[in-house]
Amino acid sequence: MVYLTRKAEFSASHYYHNPAFTPEENRRVFGKCNNHNGHGHNYTLEVTVKGEVDPRSGFVVDLKQLKEVMHREVLEAMDHRFLNKEVPEFLHQIPTTENLAIAIWQRLVSKLEHAKLHRVRVYETPDLFVDYYGEA
Amino acid sequence: MKAHLSRRYLFSASHRLHSAAMSEEENQSTYGKCNNPYGHGHNYIVEVTVSGPVDEKTGMVCNLIDLDGFMEREVLSRYGHENLNTMEEFAKEVPTTENLCIQIYEIVHRGFRFAHLERVRLEETMMNSFEYAGESLLLR
Repeated sequence: MVYLTRKAEFSASHYYHNPAFTPEENRRVFGKCNNHNGHGHNYTLEVTVKGEVDPRSGFVVDLKQLKEVMHREVLEAMDHRFLNKEVPEFLHQIPTTENLAIAIWQRLVSKLEHAKLHRVRVYETPDLFVDYYGEA
Repeated sequence: MKAHLSRRYLFSASHRLHSAAMSEEENQSTYGKCNNPYGHGHNYIVEVTVSGPVDEKTGMVCNLIDLDGFMEREVLSRYGHENLNTMEEFAKEVPTTENLCIQIYEIVHRGFRFAHLERVRLEETMMNSFEYAGESLLLR
């Protein structure tokens, strides 16, 4: 089994707010992230796939295909977007880094050919990242 | 759904690698420059990984306010700008980054209640890093 990781970058804005919370609760739980005008990050996405090396091509996965799927499913939908208002998953869900990693996994998992998705890692900043392995 | 959250923190500290169980020559040959009696320092980066179900109300594994507060109180203010050799946990143990990584793991494992600790990764320099996950294996 060999693991292959492809990186991509996208920039997007978001804010954290739960309509079931009072305004005070929202501010206490989410702090500065509760500012409704939003704020942004340069996200780095790392997608790791795994599989056996194809003896004919020497590849675990066709990197070109992986790059295209990541571009179509993630970057086109999220790059330079306001996640809360423009990305369907986040119209009714808080766009935390955790939920972003899960949403990206769900967008990618059925679209990959041959190789199996192993991990989605989303860096919100260089000092904060979330890993999702598809666990329930 | 279960996710893993990792956060990186910086602190600076000094140490000297010297084992009371070794002769002067042995210390010198084992630790080289790190055996300098006056010590030396590093900018350590500690990367903590916690896991748990993503809370539907907050979208979080744990609130960063809690994790940052805990790390500041229990780890960064404890070790930041200290000479590790003078600390009680290193009275009988060499303050290698392996041992420091284990100490930090134990502090977080014992005290942090808001998510499950998966592992602690400690970078001594950009070239060296160490990971500890308790007795469990590092599978990922």
